Amino acid sequence: MKIFVCIKQVPDTETKIKIASDQAGIDTTGVKWVMNPYDEYAVEEAIKMRDANAGSQVWVLSVGPKARIVESLRTALAMGADEAIAINADGLDNFSTAKALAEVIKTEGGANVVFTGKLAIDDNASSVSQMVAEFLNTPHTTVVSKFSFNGENVVVERDIEGGAKEVVQMMTPAVVAANKGLNMPRYASLPGIMKAKKKTIKDIEFSSLNIPATDLKIKYSNFTLPAEKPAVKMLSGDASQQAASLVTLLRDEAKVL
Amino acid sequence: MSKTLVYIEHTNGNLKRSSIELLQAAAKSGGSVAALVFGSQAAEAVTSAAHHGASEVHLVKDASLDSYNPEAFTANICAVVEKVQPSILLSSASSTARDLFPRVAARLNVGIASDCTELNISGDTVTAVKPMYSGKCFATANFQNSSVKIVLMRANQLPVGAADTSKTAQTVEHTVQKPDLKTLIKEVVKGASEKLDLTEANVIVSGGRGLKEANGFTMLHELADVLGATVGASRAVVDAGWVGHGMQVGQTGKTVAPSLYIAVGISGAIQHLAGMSGSKVIVAINNDPNAPIFQKATYGIVGDAFEIIPKLTEEFKKSLQH
Repeated sequence: MKIFVCIKQVPDTETKIKIASDQAGIDTTGVKWVMNPYDEYAVEEAIKMRDANAGSQVWVLSVGPKARIVESLRTALAMGADEAIAINADGLDNFSTAKALAEVIKTEGGANVVFTGKLAIDDNASSVSQMVAEFLNTPHTTVVSKFSFNGENVVVERDIEGGAKEVVQMMTPAVVAANKGLNMPRYASLPGIMKAKKKTIKDIEFSSLNIPATDLKIKYSNFTLPAEKPAVKMLSGDASQQAASLVTLLRDEAKVL
Repeated sequence: MSKTLVYIEHTNGNLKRSSIELLQAAAKSGGSVAALVFGSQAAEAVTSAAHHGASEVHLVKDASLDSYNPEAFTANICAVVEKVQPSILLSSASSTARDLFPRVAARLNVGIASDCTELNISGDTVTAVKPMYSGKCFATANFQNSSVKIVLMRANQLPVGAADTSKTAQTVEHTVQKPDLKTLIKEVVKGASEKLDLTEANVIVSGGRGLKEANGFTMLHELADVLGATVGASRAVVDAGWVGHGMQVGQTGKTVAPSLYIAVGISGAIQHLAGMSGSKVIVAINNDPNAPIFQKATYGIVGDAFEIIPKLTEEFKKSLQH
């Protein structure tokens, strides 16, 4: 069985974000990049599925500037993925990224299951997984916190509103977008890291995929920092006085009651 | 002139507030406004959509659309869009819409801007502003190569005015599409909460480690009941198993933007702030005056949550009775 995982590199949450001078993006100087946290669940689940199904392989894909994304691909290899592909590109949107991923999955022989994170924490769009599924003509389920495969179909639990869950059965091939709770991603072992260093990451140029320029649908502009918040108003007095003044302020000043 | 199609979310005909926000915003922009309503129990939704600004309502009245299936919904939305040919397609960024519309965009070969907080419609042009990098900055999404521009808006971002009950709309019924489904929803396991989802809630009361143990949430639920609020939690207490992951606010939980966010016993790790800094008014209650949460808060109280919360519940009760 062939299991693909699509991963993305995002700025670490602790990284301070600065705006580029042309406001067309962020200033990436000094940004620390990490694997998108939800993608770690995707990689872990793919490895678990491979280990439970003899003769299977895990292929990890990422789209972005090659020099940068190889780092997360190596992390996935060190966790236990078998093969990695870097699709070298810059300035793509969700649509063209999904096109590139689907195209490469097709040319590499197709997938039985594709795992992704449920969203990337940089743009919080949760779009690429469903688009990949559409371009591959497969079903998809997002926000998945439980996964099983019976040799033919996958059965997953999808977290929906108000803490409810849907139990969803999909025919394979299928795309599964992982939520927190799906598993506990393993740390890369030292032998895993050593082995990953020796592996070759396959390079594919985005331009070689013949994806038309019209597949670029969204262009971001006017990156700005949020307006400064006024300083916090600390409420004094004992608990009763604090409670009373808070309710008054919420009603009369903030007008949210 | 723009033609905007608003995807309506409703429960047995009752429109969600977020759908009303979008109908009214589209009506204000001056273009023509159509609504798209699914389901067998949708008569009231059709009437309400008209009251809030739709001059046309497109209805696919079929029980197969009473509950969500990504493939069935994608097929039906695309069929209506092809007939109606709107230039803009709006929906709230609910968990269903976030699952559904990227697939719709891919099938229609158009762009989508998700999780937006500002919407600007001018003629046929639409731009949307959205938070990036967990709200550390904002960016404007501009569409290109898209005959339909799809925008998903966060709930509670736009004002809601009164309904105009004198308004009516032309109703157009569409034949239901029944594609071969590869996805089967076998079961829906109900959650513990009947309240609004965190992502839609207008008021949220959230608890963290400062509550000392799982039982500490009891008083938060009492406060939430008085306020009509939804209860959330920090990652620390979710990982400790005090509450379910569905309640987690923050980077690996939910991103919320209520009018009022009350953080109780939450220190304010950057991962938590990432999920709630879009809230309009933030109240922080913490016994540590140096907790980072106070830097994001509108109002701060340094003190013992177990003393303050019951008093606060009483004060809200009094205030809301008047």
